[in-house]
Amino acid sequence: MITRFRQIEMRLMGPLTMIPIVLLLVILGTIAALPVVATILSELVADFVPPALQHLTIVVLGTAGFVGILALNPIYSIWLERKVAAHVQDRLGPMRVGWHGLLQSFADGVKLMFKEDLVPRDADRVLFGAAPMLAVASAFAAFAIVPWGVREDGTVLAVANLNIGVLYFIAITSLGALAVLMAGWGSNNKYALYGGMRAAAQMVSYEIPTAILVLVVVAQVGSLSIPDIVNAQAGGILGVGDWLIFQLFPLNLIAFVLFFICGLAETNRTPFDIPEAESELVAGFHTEYSGMRFAFFFLAEYGNMLLVSMLAALLFLGGWIGPFGSNPLLFFVKGFGLVVVQMWLRWTLPRLRVDQLMGICWKYVIPISFFLLVVTTVIKGLL
Amino acid sequence: MESMASAAIFYGVAALVLGSALYVVVGKNLVHSAFALVAAFFGVAVFYVYLGADFLAGAQVLIYVGGILTLLLFGVMLTNRIYNLNLRSGAIQVVPGALSAGLVFALLVWIIQSVEWGAMDSGDPGPTSEAIGRLLMGDYLLPFEIASVLLLIALMGAAMLVRRRGKSGS
Repeated sequence: MITRFRQIEMRLMGPLTMIPIVLLLVILGTIAALPVVATILSELVADFVPPALQHLTIVVLGTAGFVGILALNPIYSIWLERKVAAHVQDRLGPMRVGWHGLLQSFADGVKLMFKEDLVPRDADRVLFGAAPMLAVASAFAAFAIVPWGVREDGTVLAVANLNIGVLYFIAITSLGALAVLMAGWGSNNKYALYGGMRAAAQMVSYEIPTAILVLVVVAQVGSLSIPDIVNAQAGGILGVGDWLIFQLFPLNLIAFVLFFICGLAETNRTPFDIPEAESELVAGFHTEYSGMRFAFFFLAEYGNMLLVSMLAALLFLGGWIGPFGSNPLLFFVKGFGLVVVQMWLRWTLPRLRVDQLMGICWKYVIPISFFLLVVTTVIKGLL
Repeated sequence: MESMASAAIFYGVAALVLGSALYVVVGKNLVHSAFALVAAFFGVAVFYVYLGADFLAGAQVLIYVGGILTLLLFGVMLTNRIYNLNLRSGAIQVVPGALSAGLVFALLVWIIQSVEWGAMDSGDPGPTSEAIGRLLMGDYLLPFEIASVLLLIALMGAAMLVRRRGKSGS
């Protein structure tokens, strides 16, 4: 009985013991975000860059920044994931390589690079090779529309400020399901195929509520463009036009929670990680992968985690707008903060069964999303 | 310089679309053909971007690549004994086939030649989603509603077909 209480206490309190670690993460995230910070600094050097080249500067620096973040992201995310797991389970986690194990993931990365690149004899070589590339490409391409701030003259700091931003997000992330199917089929392994099929079924199912919940936001703001959606939340947390989760309380709060749940499901994170359930499927769709190709899947997974968190921050938490003014760094803090929440959930919750997973999606999440869409639209129409 | 790069991308994508579409027809491996179809559909979305139809491009990727093709791949992969499947893609009835294909080609050429295409001004074509929304909810409300009712019927029909008959199964 006492051990049971101890377990529950650890689950709840474990994350609190890592507050210093989270602070460290913010610092690390800032270092990784340096290229983007450089872009923000380009505000200051805007006088030196000719006006004709300013857009190009933003695009080039933004691309470099996000590629840098995405390449470094798995390294410190995996370290953080292991730390979160350890603290939830009353352990210390990696401690040996570097200060508190900070360089552990670099060591692992080097190891992965030098590992033998195995291809099973009966694998479908074309699909086996193309799958990791497609996974990474779809995860990276989606970051093109993620804006990280607005300059005073109204220029949006984004690689591509698309008018159909959220539609692009939904469309590009659906390519991830294809990559997983490709990997599952190409490996020619029953566990990989099962994992791939499960993952694709799950992603396709949870895409529907994701799209509807995005529509809830779009219907309230009246725009598909992400900077417009953020600007509609310019009131901070105490003014008129607050962050969206505070508007129409509690409708948008529910929408935010559901959106986050769908994000967990689309990135195949626990409690929705049956595609790679170790106890049933070895490692799911990436059972046969090793070395760099395996690393590519991790790159895609952590990239998708960050993408979903950033989108949730932009759509519901006001993006770069804080209670006291706006700052691009605030957006990164919110995004990485939600990534930490994802990890916390992963090590706290058990895994769902296949039927439970589909049941949650089709019997609860989708009807509630439709209800939210109808109610928010009606209220907005009446106001 | 910019138009050169743009033209290079255009012809590259065109080659991708035609090549992968050809592979879909002549390919011997069903799963490879399905994935080649992905490339073809994606290339078409790129063409929509070139035409300034941003909303249509997004919808193309979302519906065809994300929805229809994923379900098609499911269908293919769940097919029994797919590994030993011997696809026949030879030519049967060459003369009627060539004749009808030639006729369709001639018809397309004639239509493309006879229509007066409005040339678009250079520069940013601007957003299209608002105009599409207004047209769908205004001028074309009835066709839009009919299409949605049709889709609903198809959905219910599909649910009906997979339902277990007889004793109430779970």
